[in-house]
Amino acid sequence: MDKQRRKFLKIAGASVVAGIGAPVLVKLSSSPALASSDGGHAPVAAGHAPMPDAHGGGHVEEAPEGVRLGMVIDMRKIADTPALLDKAISACVNAHNVPQFPDKKNEIKWIWKAPFENVFTDKSASHTSKRVADTQFVALCNHCDDPPCVRACPTQATFKLAKNGIVAMDFHRCIGCRFCMAACPYGARSFNWQDPRPYIKKYNKEFPSRMRGVVEKCNFCGERLALGQEPACVEACKGTGAILFGDLNDAGSEVRAVLDKEFTIQRKPTLGTKPSVFYIV
Amino acid sequence: MYNKGTIIPGLIFFVLFVTFPVWFQGLKAGDMPKPELPPGGEKQCVMPADYMRANHMQLLNEWRDNVLRDGNREILEINGKKYPKGLQMACMECHSRKEKFCDSCHTYAAVDPYCWDCHLTPNEVASKEATH
Repeated sequence: MDKQRRKFLKIAGASVVAGIGAPVLVKLSSSPALASSDGGHAPVAAGHAPMPDAHGGGHVEEAPEGVRLGMVIDMRKIADTPALLDKAISACVNAHNVPQFPDKKNEIKWIWKAPFENVFTDKSASHTSKRVADTQFVALCNHCDDPPCVRACPTQATFKLAKNGIVAMDFHRCIGCRFCMAACPYGARSFNWQDPRPYIKKYNKEFPSRMRGVVEKCNFCGERLALGQEPACVEACKGTGAILFGDLNDAGSEVRAVLDKEFTIQRKPTLGTKPSVFYIV
Repeated sequence: MYNKGTIIPGLIFFVLFVTFPVWFQGLKAGDMPKPELPPGGEKQCVMPADYMRANHMQLLNEWRDNVLRDGNREILEINGKKYPKGLQMACMECHSRKEKFCDSCHTYAAVDPYCWDCHLTPNEVASKEATH
């Protein structure tokens, strides 16, 4: 009896050592290989295997490949003609059957107005110029290059379209968990707490409405782009240059020309989401 | 057998009760639904009628995934007629009366697809266009 117990304890002890030791051995033997394939970098990119170039280094370079649609908003022009903003917002509302709930807490926001300090929360708002203080800024989904909402979504109802960088939504799949709303640092997502249909003023028959319990946001007018049109808000400001739209990765595009010339800021760049919407303040 | 007098009538009653939905209508399944053909007189669809009858739901799911997931909103062209992939944009253009087309079979088959929770029927669209 005693002998058997001793034997059992020995085997158990050996198994514990082997169980703890094996993963360590595996890790030790695999990490040099990983480091060498990474070109000498420390194996920090292990968790980010799909995009090692974009995430590998300490400082963040934006992914240069492929189409990445973005926007430049010239707040100087909107400050001169605030009506432009109302035009842009109502164009979006009409294009996407966005409900207008009377109660602010139910508000559905695709593109909306907010004061400077609410849009650029990480910028100092003390002693801002009069123009900035008096102007209603415009905010919308930033279509981030590294969107936190996409990572948060448990059903992949929101995802990044590889072909143009739009952070899109499939309303069919949304289960209304609102993780994306918690994840989005820009407040660009809204939840339908009640049936939106009675609050839609006028229907656009080319676009669906949403149902109760679904999150929605700006889609960069994916449906209009497919028809060769510009996004509704861009079209509403056409000719003024207040909102420009184009491929950020195309050196010859209109947005790039403006970005090269003007000093622009993004919302909360320190979070590393790499927003695609730029502002000239 | 004990209690024969209670068990056998009880069983008969039970079987009759359970099969009530079958024999109540005289073993008929009711009148077959006759979905309304397009009021505009269109004869052509994106696929043959037989295929559409059996598989329209798969086709709609495919279109949905094409358009939303893959960003492939390519407009189909069949015999010169253009069909943008979409329930509201393609189907409802010809089958403009959902209440007489979609609903006729769906009600008969007791299926309740949730398309219309979000997608707008031409009737619904008209209700909000007139006011403006």
